[in-house]
Amino acid sequence: MKVPIEETNKKIYNVLKHVDDPELPGVSVFDLGMVHKVEVSGKGAFITMIPTFTGCPALDIIAKDVKVAVEKLAEIDCCKVEFSYRQPWTTDAITEKGKEQLKKHGVSPPPEHYTPGEEWSVDCPFCKSPFTSMENVFGPTACRSILYCKTCKNPFEAMKPVVKYLVN
Amino acid sequence: MERGQKIMTHFENAEQAKRDPLYKEALTELLYQFADDDFILAFRGSEWLGLAPHIEEDVAFSSITQNTMGHATFFYQLLEELGEGDADVLAHERGPESRKSAVYLEKENGDGHYLDEPFYDWALTVVRHYFYEEFKQVKLELATRSSYQPLADAAQKVLMEQPYHLAHWKMWVKQLLAAGGEAEERLRARMVEAWGEFKDVLELGPKAKQMADAHLIAGEDVIETQWVERVETTVGKISKQQLGKKQGSGRSGEHTGELTIALKTLSEVYDTDRTAIW
Repeated sequence: MKVPIEETNKKIYNVLKHVDDPELPGVSVFDLGMVHKVEVSGKGAFITMIPTFTGCPALDIIAKDVKVAVEKLAEIDCCKVEFSYRQPWTTDAITEKGKEQLKKHGVSPPPEHYTPGEEWSVDCPFCKSPFTSMENVFGPTACRSILYCKTCKNPFEAMKPVVKYLVN
Repeated sequence: MERGQKIMTHFENAEQAKRDPLYKEALTELLYQFADDDFILAFRGSEWLGLAPHIEEDVAFSSITQNTMGHATFFYQLLEELGEGDADVLAHERGPESRKSAVYLEKENGDGHYLDEPFYDWALTVVRHYFYEEFKQVKLELATRSSYQPLADAAQKVLMEQPYHLAHWKMWVKQLLAAGGEAEERLRARMVEAWGEFKDVLELGPKAKQMADAHLIAGEDVIETQWVERVETTVGKISKQQLGKKQGSGRSGEHTGELTIALKTLSEVYDTDRTAIW
């Protein structure tokens, strides 16, 4: 029996909703907005992904995790994963579910309005307090910053806002 | 160029660029500059690991350095697509004479040695990184209009991360200058020193004209004017002298022994087993 391509496509997207970013367990690459395109041809899948930060050392691991997960589908024998820089990733690509999952992990989603190079702040992911301070724009990974909540006295992290840079 | 001959003004991908040898030559030269500059400065940054003035700076500096090395890798990958060879090989196995990075960027962090007594100079580091990040910002902005689409895309991508790097070093420069006393004195001295060497960084090298003709990037005069304007807006007038390149022209493959040592140190682990996947 021939399975329609749309069905297989849907199945692949479902799989991608369960492949986590190795540096953010519980947050899938789909919810981080890293999946650009899924193409199916016969028993082959071709997935184009958008890297978050260029210098992210986890990209190779992500590509491998996606490949292994997708190839577990009966419909797919071979999955190729490629990163494309043609469509820059911005933090706006994170889904609502992604934002919720980030908070559970103790990481605040990025602020919504941000001017490159300027200071920014976010609410505490634990108690939602806006009384937070920036401890270090740079954190344990390229995409995260370290902050402190003055209300619940917890240190926490936040995804750095990344937006399209407008050249004058 | 013969009159009436069709001039290709936009190259979508590596395959198209490879069909035009003159274009490809200027393009690879420019990409080597982007890659090698980031590569050597990221290495100098990595030598500060554990030695930065305080723990938060150690986290910030190493994060910036790792991301900068990622940018170098990104540019080496563009070269790989153009048939220049494997990105890892380009990063590790090219000798000093084929490196296109500017000489000022290879200067050692200070006296001493990482494994022994690292008497590194924070003033040199702050000045060098600030000057470099302003320069990189300018060069990338100009590259977003490149006739080579993958370079324009790469520049746009890196520019989304670059403001964080630039803001960090700008903050250091401003704070140390505002502190006055020894901090300001040492910073000013390093700025004057840099002024005598930085022209090499701003230049596009022997193929500058070819790059301009191919619309790969605006001319080096544009890079210099924009860089001077931005830097002097932050730190004021640095020197009455002309910008110099006392240490030579890295863009032409001239380098100091400091690069030779750096490359050797950097590739030490890689050289123990070149076929291993680290």
